[in-house]
Amino acid sequence: MGSGDLILQYLLSGITKGSIYAIVAIGFNLIFSATGVLNFAQGEFVMLGGMIAVTLSFYVPLPVAITGAVILVALIGCLLEVLFFRRLRRHSIMHMVIITIGLSIVIQEIALHLWDEKVRSLPYFTGKEISSVAVFGATISPQVLWVLGTVAVVFVLLHAFLRYSLQGRAMRACSSNPEAAMLSGINIANLRTLSFGLSAGIGALAGCVISPITMTQYEMGGPLAIKGFAAAILGGLGNPMGAVAGGLLVGVLEAFSVSKLPAAYNDVTAFAVLLLVLFVRPQGLFGSPTGDGVREF
Amino acid sequence: MKLRRFIVVLLLLAAMVGVQIFLRATGQEFCLTQLTMALYYALVVIGLGLVMGYAGQVSLGHGGFFAIGGYTTAVLTTRDFSPFKDTAWVGLLKAAHVFVAKEDLFGAQVMVVTPWAAFLAAMALTAVVAVLIGYPALRLKGHYLAMATLGFGLIVYKILLGSTVTGAADGITSVPEWSLFGVLTVSGKTALRVQNYYIACGLVLAVLLLLQNLVHSRVGRALLAIHDRETAANAMGINTASYKLRAFVLSAILAAAAGVFFTHYTGGIGPSEASALKSVRYVALAAAGGMANLWGVAVISTLINYLSLRDWFGSYDNAVFGTMLIVIISIAPEGPLKPLGMAVRRVFFRLRPSGGKPHGAA
Amino acid sequence: MALLEVENVRRSFGGLVAVDKASFTVAEGQIKALIGPNGAGKTTLFNMVSGLLSTETGQIRFRDRRINGLRPYQIARAGIARTFQNPSLFLQMSVIENVMVGQHVRTRAGIAACCLRLPRQQREERAIRDAALKQLDFVGLAPLAEASAGSLTFGQRRMVELARALATDPALVLLDEPASGLNNKETGDLGALIQKMRGAGVTVLLVEHDMSLVMDISDDIVVLYQGTPIAQGPPSAIQNDPRVVAVYLGDDQHLS
Repeated sequence: MGSGDLILQYLLSGITKGSIYAIVAIGFNLIFSATGVLNFAQGEFVMLGGMIAVTLSFYVPLPVAITGAVILVALIGCLLEVLFFRRLRRHSIMHMVIITIGLSIVIQEIALHLWDEKVRSLPYFTGKEISSVAVFGATISPQVLWVLGTVAVVFVLLHAFLRYSLQGRAMRACSSNPEAAMLSGINIANLRTLSFGLSAGIGALAGCVISPITMTQYEMGGPLAIKGFAAAILGGLGNPMGAVAGGLLVGVLEAFSVSKLPAAYNDVTAFAVLLLVLFVRPQGLFGSPTGDGVREF
Repeated sequence: MKLRRFIVVLLLLAAMVGVQIFLRATGQEFCLTQLTMALYYALVVIGLGLVMGYAGQVSLGHGGFFAIGGYTTAVLTTRDFSPFKDTAWVGLLKAAHVFVAKEDLFGAQVMVVTPWAAFLAAMALTAVVAVLIGYPALRLKGHYLAMATLGFGLIVYKILLGSTVTGAADGITSVPEWSLFGVLTVSGKTALRVQNYYIACGLVLAVLLLLQNLVHSRVGRALLAIHDRETAANAMGINTASYKLRAFVLSAILAAAAGVFFTHYTGGIGPSEASALKSVRYVALAAAGGMANLWGVAVISTLINYLSLRDWFGSYDNAVFGTMLIVIISIAPEGPLKPLGMAVRRVFFRLRPSGGKPHGAA
Repeated sequence: MALLEVENVRRSFGGLVAVDKASFTVAEGQIKALIGPNGAGKTTLFNMVSGLLSTETGQIRFRDRRINGLRPYQIARAGIARTFQNPSLFLQMSVIENVMVGQHVRTRAGIAACCLRLPRQQREERAIRDAALKQLDFVGLAPLAEASAGSLTFGQRRMVELARALATDPALVLLDEPASGLNNKETGDLGALIQKMRGAGVTVLLVEHDMSLVMDISDDIVVLYQGTPIAQGPPSAIQNDPRVVAVYLGDDQHLS
């Protein structure tokens, strides 16, 4: 294998990781736009999606298990909003963020006690562990194509939803000016619930498609949330394109630093680049300097 | 105002002594070990209370500062500098009592830095790092600042985890005790347990008093003004960027100092001290304690950390921590001590109806 | 001698020019008013003088020293204080503490001195409190000193904000629509207060829509229209200036 192929291999692996970060970042953005809160339990949705799908797959065919997991986690997302955030409107953003941290810890512990600390995984959607496809001379697992395809489809569907559907447009209106949206008769509370549900569902779907590659374990949510957070911030909060770009950038940086630096340092490059970018562009790569992403808590 | 603070200090002192006497009487003095550790962690949270509650900034990187403090002293006081003893700067520092010769575990002659010198070095290093990170980071707002500080903490964590100087995943052990002055020694020896508990108590109380003085001064008002309305504060002549940075550096130094004491007390430090989980926990505790209410922050964080360290909740520790966080912040976002204190005061003033008014008012 | 000189200042937002070719001076001891229809650029001009916005061209000089380009806190230190259109008190503090913040620029105690309550800092703190009380007394709110800022009425907030501005010991105070939201009596008191301020040696530049107040108290008026001054002079002259009448009546023909 030539060095060009090697670079391609790293690039592909980075894009795969990055697309997962991107989907977590998109989840962050959805809730952020509707509520101004960064939901640190976002990674837990990914974990729950994978865990529930693995359990269901013992009883029902894989596609049904995944659908069931996505719906269930989406409902959990709605429930969390109704139980915790709907009644706490007067709390500051900082307090709400801390509540999401608390939720993330609790969900993780519930998962630990419901399941256990064992690593699980869904079967490969197509083919087996050892099957591979050649892409431009690099070999990759077909599951990677599933991941990339899912992220692309989610992105396109979400974009269409936000742009063309009534609910989606209401959501955008709500994020750019909640008061005006409320005055024009939009039910903000329900939109926020919807944003939690959507975001949780998308996270759960991501949790299912990555499960065969990265495995699923109760602790996986935290690190994913941090990377997704980094991706969302890097791209500029509230900007879905930025989330994708940020996610891919973090993933690729991570993949290449693994090739150059000792494994223990693997995240240092990505976070160092993130800090440098923020110090030069305080609103992220594609964020607007006066947008609501940069407001104080 | 001053009378109230005096009463609070008295109450805290009584509680500190009372706990020790109670534990001795019930033969549970071993609990003081975890209590001492919890008090050192509380120092970090108190510093964050200043940054979050007064300057209105958030830092998810304070575990990093705690680790920088702890590791600086751990490395300097355990590493043998004798290979360098013929170089000019070592000779110079040796004359200034920065280095001390001693025997290591195997009886070989080594030369290490004294704890006091290591402490000062840790403070200086922390201040430099805090300025370098804080200067650009504090221009960021809200979630962006949170991410930047989180990123800083993670970088520190990964570097500690990956470097041989810091013992990689094992961290550093057999850090020597630190003789402060005279009989006072920071050490994990059983014989010194009570003494060390009071050292930690004294430190926390002193820091609380100093910070209380600070927040009731022109600096404290400037910080609160920034928190409330940054533009108006700036237009009133407050150099907002500079004050945010100073509060951040001060709290970083507090975290690092806590790390130094903690490391000498427990005799070692590991990379998990810099993990995101720790940093997030500090922020959560500061919020649960009521942020601007530094007394409340100190009490709540000591209590919760103590219960965790004693493994009170067993395998449900994290679950309980998370639940407490959610409950406290949902019900009492200003911290549970404030409503409690108000209730107490209401009872108090009902007994003495004129107590709240100044002389001659009635 | 002019205390403040604004010379050919320009500022735009995106493609929209908010202020252009703005020049005027404020003499020491004057009460000067800046008037004009909504969107004339008055607040933008204020924000440039106080350093919250940067200027694109031109110069702003205070006591012959160029101040555009300085940070807001440096301008406050130089001796220009301001109030805001919406009173922006620090709501977490008491009334007196709000005013004490004004003394920030005139005091020096640092973190160490404050932590340790050094005697010098204690003396300074007492002086800060005295100065703040004096200013509260000046605006007639001394009895409310210990009240929480959030509990005040709108009119009281304006007064506290004024006291806070005065507590910076300014040579020039910028008042951004000080009478808006006040009732007739409060507006009358405000007029008297502004004149009392001038009597105490403070120069005043105000933006105001209440024409009777402006005509009553100002020595000199600048009329701003679409970001540019179109008339300057004493109230009597301004009242009879056909261009000004046109601006306020919306008759564009007189303008050319």
